Amino acid sequence: MTSEPTGAESRDAAHWAHPVSRLKVSDVPTGAVSLNVEGRQVVGPLQGFGQLWQKTYRLRMPGAQVEPAQVVDHMKQKLPELMPPGSRFYPSVSGVQPGELVLINATLPGVPGIIATGVMVLYSDEESFTLMCPEGHPEAGWNTFSAYEEQGVTVAQIQSLARANDPVFEFGFRFMGGSAQQERIWRHVLSGLAQAFGVPAEVEFLKTLVDRKLQWSQAKNVWYNAAIRSALYAPVRLIRRLVGRRS
Amino acid sequence: MSQAKISISVRRAGTAVSIVDIQGEITSFAETALTEAYNQASRGGVNTILLNFEGLEYMNSGGIGLLVTMLIRANRQNQQLAAYGLTEHYQQIFELTRLNEAIVIFGSESEALAALPQA
Repeated sequence: MTSEPTGAESRDAAHWAHPVSRLKVSDVPTGAVSLNVEGRQVVGPLQGFGQLWQKTYRLRMPGAQVEPAQVVDHMKQKLPELMPPGSRFYPSVSGVQPGELVLINATLPGVPGIIATGVMVLYSDEESFTLMCPEGHPEAGWNTFSAYEEQGVTVAQIQSLARANDPVFEFGFRFMGGSAQQERIWRHVLSGLAQAFGVPAEVEFLKTLVDRKLQWSQAKNVWYNAAIRSALYAPVRLIRRLVGRRS
Repeated sequence: MSQAKISISVRRAGTAVSIVDIQGEITSFAETALTEAYNQASRGGVNTILLNFEGLEYMNSGGIGLLVTMLIRANRQNQQLAAYGLTEHYQQIFELTRLNEAIVIFGSESEALAALPQA
């Protein structure tokens, strides 16, 4: 499930994933459904369909005697527990390391059953890590989890730079409550972090429309839509589960 | 708060190309410096902004995000963004993040200027 970083010429070399043409899932954590990740390419903010948003969630941690690196380490170690119940993250056994995959089984508003997808760890150092989406994921782009010190106070931050991957997801984000649900997820994560470090869960939120244009040339991305494919695959999963119980 | 460790200068090459010389680290703390450089570089009918990465010492995913937003701004102004001076490592990062699909990468300044439209 990994791709080792190479090159020693830059200080950041060890923090980046190595380029991969297609994602490869080599181990599936217990309980996770692995679907819509194997064989997919990663997609950045330039490859998606919808409007490009930068959303920033910040948690100031006054009074917490904690270094930014400790906060980021906590997020890396406890990411599955920090996620809300409807959005389960399954890191590989190697954890949040460059090139590793994190499988995701989540629910979306208006979509029956779970949507199975995942993300790749694009970048990871002591004070930040970034998860990048694959084809078919609701978004094209990445989420960066970081911490830094500002005027003597440690600040934890989650920042997404992403657009809906295809027209179906764009509709879902705009009109089916997808955007609000996504914002609730990251507020939940930072609130959990606040609880862990004993600080008030006051999450600042800043939303910027970076590009209002829809990229119609990317409408074809719907072919890989993970929600549609997960729904189509649900009966197969059910049959397999029943057959497994009988045998 | 961590400080930006970057210095940027802007120069013109002909009437239509601005070259942005980047020295240091591109992280999220470089946002102000990069925005100011972009504003300066895009003045006066420039249609191509050429980023010189020969002095790039460090870049993280926050920095890559800044390049994406710069690219979007340039596209909105009907400007092309191009680059040269990327080490093999940084070329790989452009490939990984698929920025190479939108930013034309050249081996050197002379190669870039020979290929880019000058007016």
